[in-house]
Amino acid sequence: MKKLITTLVLVVSAAVTYVQAESSNIATLRDNTALNEQKKTTAIPKVINSDIKQKRSYPMQPPIIPHTTRNYEVTLNSNKCMSCHSRQRTEESQAPMVSVTHYMDREGNFLAEISPRRYFCNQCHVNQFDTKPEVENTFVDMHTQTKQNAKAK
Amino acid sequence: MKRVLTIAWQTIRKPSVHFSLGFLVLGGFIAGIIFWGGFNTALEVTNTEEFCISCHEMEANVYEELKPTIHFSNRSGVRATCPDCHVPHNWTDKIARKMQASKEVWGAIFGTINTREKFLAHRRRLAENEWRRLKANDSLECRNCHNFDYMDFSVQSSRASKMHSTSLASGEKTCIDCHKGIAHELPDMSNVEGWE
Repeated sequence: MKKLITTLVLVVSAAVTYVQAESSNIATLRDNTALNEQKKTTAIPKVINSDIKQKRSYPMQPPIIPHTTRNYEVTLNSNKCMSCHSRQRTEESQAPMVSVTHYMDREGNFLAEISPRRYFCNQCHVNQFDTKPEVENTFVDMHTQTKQNAKAK
Repeated sequence: MKRVLTIAWQTIRKPSVHFSLGFLVLGGFIAGIIFWGGFNTALEVTNTEEFCISCHEMEANVYEELKPTIHFSNRSGVRATCPDCHVPHNWTDKIARKMQASKEVWGAIFGTINTREKFLAHRRRLAENEWRRLKANDSLECRNCHNFDYMDFSVQSSRASKMHSTSLASGEKTCIDCHKGIAHELPDMSNVEGWE
């Protein structure tokens, strides 16, 4: 019995030390700020509004929106994006036309209007904030990868 | 009726018996200031955001929709309130608009848009009224603040400067042609030019 209690106490104390050590490494939204202190907030980054197309990281990546879209309505009533990017509007707006796939239904039939499943632009297309990535990214796109492979040979 | 009018006309025509000319001129002058001042004050009271949103139709629908937009809150702290965009600043145009607004008083009394559903049902018509007005006066209420001559294209985004230096500069387009729905949500936009 005594032996069992000693073992239990040892295990519990070890666990407590472990948790204490680990807790300082866990990333929290408060960045381990003491409870009685207010964390200094980071500045809200700005949306890049350069109108310059960015490189895609992978072939099927939905292109990033290179301009601000504050208050652009995409609702049942109206689609602000399509007032420039639709097939009828690109001549006047000189904006890139939404790809032809966006006019296809899931059976591959072409529709006159943008397909309902593609209607909500900002489900896939987003703005780019002018900020540093929060997490390091080691992604290598396939072109770089194939070049590297060829070199290695 | 004719007798009453005749008596009134004779009274007006006759010179005053009891009051001096000075009293009448000065009295008329002071009364004029009071009446005109009162009229103008009353007019200005109806030209405030507070007055506009005293009707729940305005407060619950269009005012709520204005709140997240750039005309309500922005980096430089300039706010456009209801009358800045919806009432002409020139006196004669303002009076004309105020007379039209009597229709809105009718609507408020009889509850034309007193629920959200009714408001949404009327939204396209109401929006078209405003688009038509701004189109007709070359977006005057926009230009009260956004003066084309003072625009610096070099600090606009490339898209904006391209559009402003061509279509807007040539007078082919006016502000409202492109900037619809900037302060309130849009109605069903089917068959609106530029939204096909």
